[in-house]
Amino acid sequence: MATIELQKVEKKFGANHAVKPMDLTIADGEFVCLLGPSGCGKTTTLRMISGLEAVTAGKILLNGKNVTWSHPSERDIAFVFQFYALYPHLNVYDNIAFPLRAEGEKKEAVESRVNEVVDILRIEHLLKTKPGKLSGGDKQRVALARALVRRPAAFLMDEPLGALDAELREAMRAEIKQLHVAQNATTVYVTHDQVEAMALGDRIVVMSDAVVQQIGTPAEVYYDPANLFVANFIGSPGMNLIAGKLHDGRVQVAGGVDTIPVPVGYRNTLPAALNGAGDVTIGFRPESAILADDGDIAGEIYAVDMHGSYKLLHINIGNGATSGIVHVRADRMVTFPIGSAVRFSIDPKMMRFFDPQSKQAIQQEVTQ
Amino acid sequence: MSDFYETGPSKPVTESIRVDKVSPKARRMHNIRAIVVVILAILMLIPILVMTQTAFKTRADVVSVPPTIVFKPSLEGFVFLFTERAIAPPGRIKALQEAAETGDLSLFDRVALNSGQEITGLSDYVGRLTNSLIIAGLSTVFAVVLGLFAAYAFSRFPVAGKDDLMFFILSTRMLPAVVVTIPLFIMYRQLGMHDTHIGMILLYTVFNLSLSVWLLKGFIDEIPIEYEEAALVDGYTRMQAFYKIVLPQAITGIAATAVFCLIFAWNEYAFALMLTSDTARTAPPSIATMLGRGGIEWSAIAAGSLGFLIPVAVVVFLLRNYLLRGVTFGAIRQ
Amino acid sequence: MSSVELQHITKKFRTVTALNDVSFTVKNREFFVLLGPTGAGKTTTLRIIAALLHQDSGSVLFDGESVDDWTPADRDVAFVFQQYSLYPTMTVYDNLAFPLRSPMRKTPGPEIKEKVQRAAEILHIGHLLDRKTANLSGGEMQRVAIGRAIVREPRIFLMDEPLSNLDAKLRESLRVELQHMQKTQGNTTLFVTHDQIEALTMADRIGVLNEGRIVQVGTPNDIYDRPATTFVAQLVGSPRINLFDARVEDSQLWLVGSKISVPCPTDRTMPATVQVGIRPEDIQPDPKGKFSGEVILTEPLGVETILHIRSGEQVLTSLIPGISSMRLHDTVHFNILRDRLHYFDDSGKRIGQ
Repeated sequence: MATIELQKVEKKFGANHAVKPMDLTIADGEFVCLLGPSGCGKTTTLRMISGLEAVTAGKILLNGKNVTWSHPSERDIAFVFQFYALYPHLNVYDNIAFPLRAEGEKKEAVESRVNEVVDILRIEHLLKTKPGKLSGGDKQRVALARALVRRPAAFLMDEPLGALDAELREAMRAEIKQLHVAQNATTVYVTHDQVEAMALGDRIVVMSDAVVQQIGTPAEVYYDPANLFVANFIGSPGMNLIAGKLHDGRVQVAGGVDTIPVPVGYRNTLPAALNGAGDVTIGFRPESAILADDGDIAGEIYAVDMHGSYKLLHINIGNGATSGIVHVRADRMVTFPIGSAVRFSIDPKMMRFFDPQSKQAIQQEVTQ
Repeated sequence: MSDFYETGPSKPVTESIRVDKVSPKARRMHNIRAIVVVILAILMLIPILVMTQTAFKTRADVVSVPPTIVFKPSLEGFVFLFTERAIAPPGRIKALQEAAETGDLSLFDRVALNSGQEITGLSDYVGRLTNSLIIAGLSTVFAVVLGLFAAYAFSRFPVAGKDDLMFFILSTRMLPAVVVTIPLFIMYRQLGMHDTHIGMILLYTVFNLSLSVWLLKGFIDEIPIEYEEAALVDGYTRMQAFYKIVLPQAITGIAATAVFCLIFAWNEYAFALMLTSDTARTAPPSIATMLGRGGIEWSAIAAGSLGFLIPVAVVVFLLRNYLLRGVTFGAIRQ
Repeated sequence: MSSVELQHITKKFRTVTALNDVSFTVKNREFFVLLGPTGAGKTTTLRIIAALLHQDSGSVLFDGESVDDWTPADRDVAFVFQQYSLYPTMTVYDNLAFPLRSPMRKTPGPEIKEKVQRAAEILHIGHLLDRKTANLSGGEMQRVAIGRAIVREPRIFLMDEPLSNLDAKLRESLRVELQHMQKTQGNTTLFVTHDQIEALTMADRIGVLNEGRIVQVGTPNDIYDRPATTFVAQLVGSPRINLFDARVEDSQLWLVGSKISVPCPTDRTMPATVQVGIRPEDIQPDPKGKFSGEVILTEPLGVETILHIRSGEQVLTSLIPGISSMRLHDTVHFNILRDRLHYFDDSGKRIGQ
């Protein structure tokens, strides 16, 4: 088992940064997700940890030992690829045994270790099958088994569920998490899917434009996003972000009728950040809005989505432009025709504030 | 070595490369490999270099042993290539020698003086080259156009016995073409197509058609059928969808196929030798027969070969982007 | 805009039956979603309506009139493909204008310009008109593809998984846009997808297709609340519905391999063995809950958390609001909402209403 530490690691392609200098310490047994849209540098980061990509600057420590310039095979790390990378001419057993045989293990040892991982992943019935005949989920199970059989110090996974369809992805996600719970191996997992990152990660590293935006637990990135990017990226749909104004110790939502008092946690920090008054971006999650006839904010229904266990109302609070649309979660039985007028309020405890210029979150004071 | 593991390479890495590939040892190996490749490339170019040099050498330079590397370029070879000559009478040589002492001689006079031959008229080289251009060019056009329609049909329509037909088309390539030279010769003579342009164009078209159908089918298969279906529901006919949608996208494949057909028809020797004698004779047999006439004019042969090389080289150069994309496009398929 | 009716459509590819006696009607100005897994025959259905394929038997009717002998151009439908729908050699403007310039319509230049501009405005792609389509992002491409459909004012929109190649955020926003556009413009739309969320969120009515047969047609609420078969129940809803074998004993329904039992419903006749379906949101933790189990996995998704609870040999999936503070191996007490249970017989058919 292993700890992984990145110290000021960066990567340039030509003059452009693929990853700007980043620090990250991963504890033994931790499951860390690198999350971000395509091109944000998450896969490059993973490849640098594995040694498949040489760093431009910085240090990578594995168990405290500098491995920045070690060959990938000397790092004791297993890599799981999105497209499985199984050897098509070998059957499942030989695929799983391959890394052990490469290390010159004895036949009996190979057999017992293969059987061990086959047991964990419940793929006994597939051992004689060639990869070409397997379903996507089974292929990824075999790929996981092949990674597991080496007993590596850490697992690196590059969108292992990216090629599966939605239903299977949900089931395999739970399986990977179960595997991690049982094995407790240090894992770095790359994904562009925030649901996956939230469900799996002990901690999430949110990246965008080659820069780490926030490192935190699922609850931290969900409830207290560090900036506007994270606020919008996490959640489905993301946090509603609307313009507002602070004056006289009260906040007014753009388009809103009433002013509301600044929520408790922000009583001091908000005026301090805005020098007393000024424009502010207000953030709230779809479930933090409450439909009410006397709500602070008025809008009209743009679209209504049925999601099974709930409905999502898309409410236009601007003046006809799509940018003025907020999403509000509502009971599954409510019905509104498109164009009808509604009002809602925001739960003050769940309100978040951002500086529209710097795009950074304004901190809350921890209340006793 | 241990130094590298501590501090890394001396210059920051700003390319996509695996860690072990940036070690000094790997970099050295990389350089060695690069040098070997360059040397190999130069070795491959030597024949063309020698040919080009020879084309500009004088008779004396051509046959000198050891071969001259640095020499005074001369157009003698080209003069020989484009002209017919006869042994000059002694009086003529004398006159030329006297003229040379008093003033400048024209290029032709100088060649006559040096070689002892007098120019009697133009050679047939230009005519042969023109034949090559007409025959190779038109046969390529026909092979590609016919191949395109056939390939489209094979790719898009449920042609009965499609696989068998495709195999049959390929089977025409399964025996050496030379085998059928004699029957063709007899057939062509009977039909009065011996030594005609139309005969040669037909022959090369037929020979290239199998290649063209197979290559183009591969390229058309790669164009998603959705594009045409979109055009069909948008209110266009099948034919309009073909030339508005398919053709622009198949251009890469068409260019690549055309180049392959052109090169085959341009270089073909055996049929041209057997089935043509004069009117429709193409450049390859004609350059070869230059060997036989009197003393071997190496510089003229080299000049002729160089002239023969230039048109295809130009076409390939102009289409090089298509060609490269076309070849890899067809090759990498899931 | 037209209504579209399919009557007993059957289509075979060699020995494989792609569609088996498929009948349904898309009403005028309705948003109808055809939902089913890969290979169910969804795309074949669309292609038959567009006349890109011809059925072996059965009839396609537009506004009650048979169009079986009509060509794709005659049928005047718009087709939005999953991908490859834009002509890569043309600009966005030319792509949008392409259907209008067809020999069938021969729209005059100024009118083309006006229609293209209007479609571009609706879909927010006005700034892209001069671009080559190869340089567009996935979302922009699909907007243009939809734009090419709406410039035409066709009789029906056919959409073949147009959102499935886009990333999650884009899919969300285009879903809302599509729904809004359809509702405000009133286009008859037949939308094909394998994604149950797309079906639930956008459809007026959903037709569930499996192995070439229509399994159920109904509103999103019908499909979610009263699935006709276990297949539909499992297809719709995320996380998936819990499905257990159960035995009737002493007018109690016992979930096999667990200590969980619920009173047998009295308003319908129950066979001795049934399958019980429980939606994850209907398993609700409650300190005073009647049942208990061990938490074996938590998946915090943000707005809610998926709890995997082991009770006996069974594992139940529960969906609870917020990010749960439950830890692994905690004991959790819970209730099951009885009036929201689903019962199926051994063949998978729904029992009762």
